Formats: sequence, C-alpha cells, structure tokens
Amino acid sequence: MLAKRIIPCLDVNAGRVVKGTNFVDLRDAGDPVEIARRYDEQGADEVTFLDITASSDARDIILHVVEQVAGQVFIPLTVGGGVRTVADVRRLLNAGADKVSINTAAVDNPEIVREASGKVGSQCIVVAIDAKASAPGKWEVFTHGGRKGAGLDAIAWARRVEALGAGEILLTSMDRDGTRSGFDIALTRAVADAVHIPVIASGGVGTLEHLADGVSAGRADAVLAASIFHFGQHTVREAKELMRARGIEVRL
Amino acid sequence: MTSVAIIDYGMGNLRSVAKAIERVAPDLDVEITADPARVAAAGRVVFPGQGAMPDCMRELDRRGLRPAVLDAAAAKPFLGICIGLQMLFGHSDEGDVPCLGIFAGEVARFGADMTGADGARLKVPHMGWNEVWRRRPHPLWEGIPDGERFYFVHSYHVRPAAALVAAETDYGERFTSAVERTNIFAIQFHPEKSAQAGLRLLSNFIHWAP
Repeated sequence: MLAKRIIPCLDVNAGRVVKGTNFVDLRDAGDPVEIARRYDEQGADEVTFLDITASSDARDIILHVVEQVAGQVFIPLTVGGGVRTVADVRRLLNAGADKVSINTAAVDNPEIVREASGKVGSQCIVVAIDAKASAPGKWEVFTHGGRKGAGLDAIAWARRVEALGAGEILLTSMDRDGTRSGFDIALTRAVADAVHIPVIASGGVGTLEHLADGVSAGRADAVLAASIFHFGQHTVREAKELMRARGIEVRL
Repeated sequence: MTSVAIIDYGMGNLRSVAKAIERVAPDLDVEITADPARVAAAGRVVFPGQGAMPDCMRELDRRGLRPAVLDAAAAKPFLGICIGLQMLFGHSDEGDVPCLGIFAGEVARFGADMTGADGARLKVPHMGWNEVWRRRPHPLWEGIPDGERFYFVHSYHVRPAAALVAAETDYGERFTSAVERTNIFAIQFHPEKSAQAGLRLLSNFIHWAP
C-alpha cells in the first residue's frame, strides 16, 4: 500500500534555515544542506524548502542551496516561495528540485498553472493554498504570506487548480500556522475530499498526534511540519512510529 | 571502469540520476548526453525521463536518439526509469502515441475512481513510497528486501506480457512496477529519489553483468 508521507519543511532566508511564528519573529535554525541530510537519515519521505528571501539581490541563493541538497540527499525535494513565472519553475527544476510550488502567482494568473504543468508535467507542479476560515465550513484563500485576501473560496480554488493541471496541493491553514494547536482538520478534509490529486496538510503541528490526525481525520495524503522537527523536539522516525501504532501506513 | 551514459532527450532534470550514480560509483565516468555516438560508446546506459509521452517521443526523435536507444537496449546493460520504462512499450494511451516497441504492450492510465483497502479514494498521480514485490530473482534486487518501498510519481503504468514482469505494486489494481529481459531492467519508480534502497539498486546496476 502507498505510505502516507511526512514532509519536514524548511523556511529558507538568504540561504539559511529560519523559523518564526505567523511569518514574523524569525530565528536562525541552521544550514539547509545539513538539516535536509539529517531529515533524510531520520526517514523523511520528502523535504520542502520555502524560500522567504525578501531581498531581490539574494534571490538566486536558493538555486545554489537546491543544487547542493539535490546532489547529496536522494529523496524528493519541493521548492516554493516567490515563484512567479514558468522560467522560475524551470530554473528550480534544473537546479535539482523535483517539484515546485506556486502560490501568489497562481492566484494572480491561474494560467501559469496550466502553462507550467503543460511544459514540465503536472507531477512537478504543486499549488500552495493558504486559507483562513471566513465562516463556518468556509475558507478564503490568502496570498503574500497570509496578509492579503484573494476573495476566492479555498475549496473552489483547489478544484480549479486541479483542473488547470496541478499535480498536488499544499494546503496551509493560516489560522493555525505557528500556533502548534494542530491542523485545521475540517479544512484539510474538505479539500482532500474535493480533489483527485494528493493533498499535503500544513500549518499548526505541535505534537506527533497532530500529524496522525491530519491523515486519519483530515484524510491528507501527506503532512508537513517545520518547528516540531527543527529544534530536536521530535524526529521524523518518532512521528512514523506513532502513526504506525495508530494503523497508518508509513515507510519505516 | 566502464562509463555510464544517461540519455538526455530534453525532458526533465537528469542531474539527480547522475548524482545518485556518482554517489554509489565515485570512480565511474557518468555522462549526461544527447549525442548518439556517446551513447554508443558507453558501457552502460540509463534511459530516464519525465513529462508527457507525446513530448518525450517527439523530443527523442528530434534529437535523432531513437537508433541509439534501440541499439543500447539490444546490447548493453540498460536501465529504464519511469517514462524510460514506458517508452520501451508499443503504445501509450497518454496522447495515443506509438512508442519504441521493444516490448509488446500498452501504457495505460490508472482508473479515475479507484479506492484503497480502507475505502478511501486513491489519488492520481500515484505519488509517494509504495511497496515493490518481486516476481522473480534478479541481480538488481540484491541486498534489497522484497516489498521494499520506492518513490513513485506517475499517472500511467505498463501492461506487459507476464514473462517480462520483474515486480509488481498495488495501487487500486496490481500493476507492473519493474520489467526485465536479458540486458534490460526497467522500473516505474525513481531509484534516484528512493533513499538507501534506490542507491542500492543503482549500485547493483553498475555491477550488473547480464
């Protein structure tokens, strides 16, 4: 049976891994190559880099980071953050990324999803959806790191990007991100049930149980977390052992 | 040592494959090439790729690489990966195109409404780590437990004659995840993305003397 995936996420700023809460108060958490290698050793199923570099001068640093990681870590690597054009997608794939995630650019111009997936294949294109609860059972899509409402319904948007050719959805609850209070299970389940492509749950993981809940109650195909793994609180292996004990199929 | 040619027909990044082989065989000359002469000169050939089948076949022919692939597949240790497995077959439903026809059989899409053992809907692409169950012994499995998980990402799979099937995997249906015949071994999963198990398979390929 296909295993549910655990994906550590690294926020990368000008070539260094950082971690903050709700996109502010960033703390240095180390060297991306070293951390990716450690996660591989722990049994991570993939690694995701989110490039949060603001300065345009430093934007190409991520390409060097991707090259180094891809040369040393032999598990899938997804890279997102600031991807605006199909040329950006190609640059990251050529540097060694296996998948590229597109967020704001897809909202601004949905055709980029169709164009990019047509050029490089759906399997390389992840659409990241940042969603905030707007009413009971309703979520709105946000962009610009959760600062700007897009006026789109998250469920409808998920279906739309699937139709445009996205191969996977990275779904982040902006209400939960950085809170360590668990995934927004209702949101995760609503999106996972609405599309035929894999959904990665993100935002809010504070305990290993939260990861298992994302899969069992949220029906996510994969779960993504950052801080729970970064500061040595838990290893990926511990997460998988707990998930297996709860009857979830994992690679151990 | 003999050199390894990784055939580059312009579809997707091949660096990961090259880096993974360099990792398991640091003394080996590993070359990513679109030059038929370099493919012909290599001791071993890896035929990878990603993307849509019609584009892959078109780009292969545009670069004049078809004869080199056919020659290599007839003569030397040959490893097909993902689309590089699918292209060896007669025809693909993806874009309804003829492929290389080294093996008889179709490349078919996974069903739209498959469900797993727990009743949950199975997503397409089949993406992630799944178990590979071998159907016969082969040197490329050496040191790898039967049922080991490898990383898959694909929406289509091959339907070969039973005599070719080297391994199978369950995803809604039981599909062929590896085929082999004499000097050819071809796999649907990505060894270059399958951590230690994948590196071991690549190491076995480098040492394989069919």
